[in-house]
Amino acid sequence: MCRRFGKNDWLFVGGLLVICVFVLIGFRLWNSREGSQVTITRDGVIYKVCSLSENQSVDITDENGMVTNTLLIQNGKAKMIEADCRDQLCVHQKAISIQNENIVCLPNRVVVTVTNEEFGGFDGFVQ
Amino acid sequence: MASFNRKDWKKTAYLGLFLAIALVCSYIETLIPFNFGIPGVKLGLTNIVVVLILYTLGPREAFGVSMLRIVLVGILFGNLFSICYSLSGGILSFLVMLFLKKLDHLSCISVSVAGGISHNIGQILVAALIVHNFNILFYIPVLLIAGLITGLLIGILAQELIVRLSGRFDFNT
Repeated sequence: MCRRFGKNDWLFVGGLLVICVFVLIGFRLWNSREGSQVTITRDGVIYKVCSLSENQSVDITDENGMVTNTLLIQNGKAKMIEADCRDQLCVHQKAISIQNENIVCLPNRVVVTVTNEEFGGFDGFVQ
Repeated sequence: MASFNRKDWKKTAYLGLFLAIALVCSYIETLIPFNFGIPGVKLGLTNIVVVLILYTLGPREAFGVSMLRIVLVGILFGNLFSICYSLSGGILSFLVMLFLKKLDHLSCISVSVAGGISHNIGQILVAALIVHNFNILFYIPVLLIAGLITGLLIGILAQELIVRLSGRFDFNT
């Protein structure tokens, strides 16, 4: 049967909470810089790099030229405003502007990441 | 038929009932606008059912219901990709919860917390593999905290249910 919430549990949950908070603070300190551009990838391949300083709307197309997602860049922030999928999760994500922040569209395998010119994001592109 | 005794019949009925409840929980979750602008944060209501089965009927039954739930929900509301994410999260969190339960040092609330966190980790790792882009791991810290909080809430609910239901129903006799 289920044990009562005891000393072990306080240690376990408390320990996890401390670890989580440290990871969160570490990530925030490491990635606190505003980015200058967004890198759009599809299937891990760079699709387009757009400057954040220029207000624009970017249509992201698939291999057949169909528009799957529309990204809006406004006032130095990027936001996904349209997607052709059912869940619309990427459209609900907040606007991004801090380095390495990103918007993911899983059904279309599109990732929009904030980057800086001299730095291409995490070292993570799998080919 | 001889190998099927009364206990097995009862168990089968309970498993069907639990699977139906898990499906309803998944559906309810799609109705709740639970969005923090961060991808993949969900309440994980169905984990109540998984934890409940784990503590009342057993690990094999919990795993079976969890997997069936994911595939059925994927077919009903999602797509092949969403099944992949959910399966990876579901399998990882199940293994972690089973391990911690076997250790027998923690209450089911802690077990559920570990399950919530590992579910999110499994899901984002597979998502990163599918989109071929590890930048999305940027959200790991937020998902860790989210998994901890939702796991805690689900664990408290599951504990209350286990205490109340196991006195009223004899699951294994």
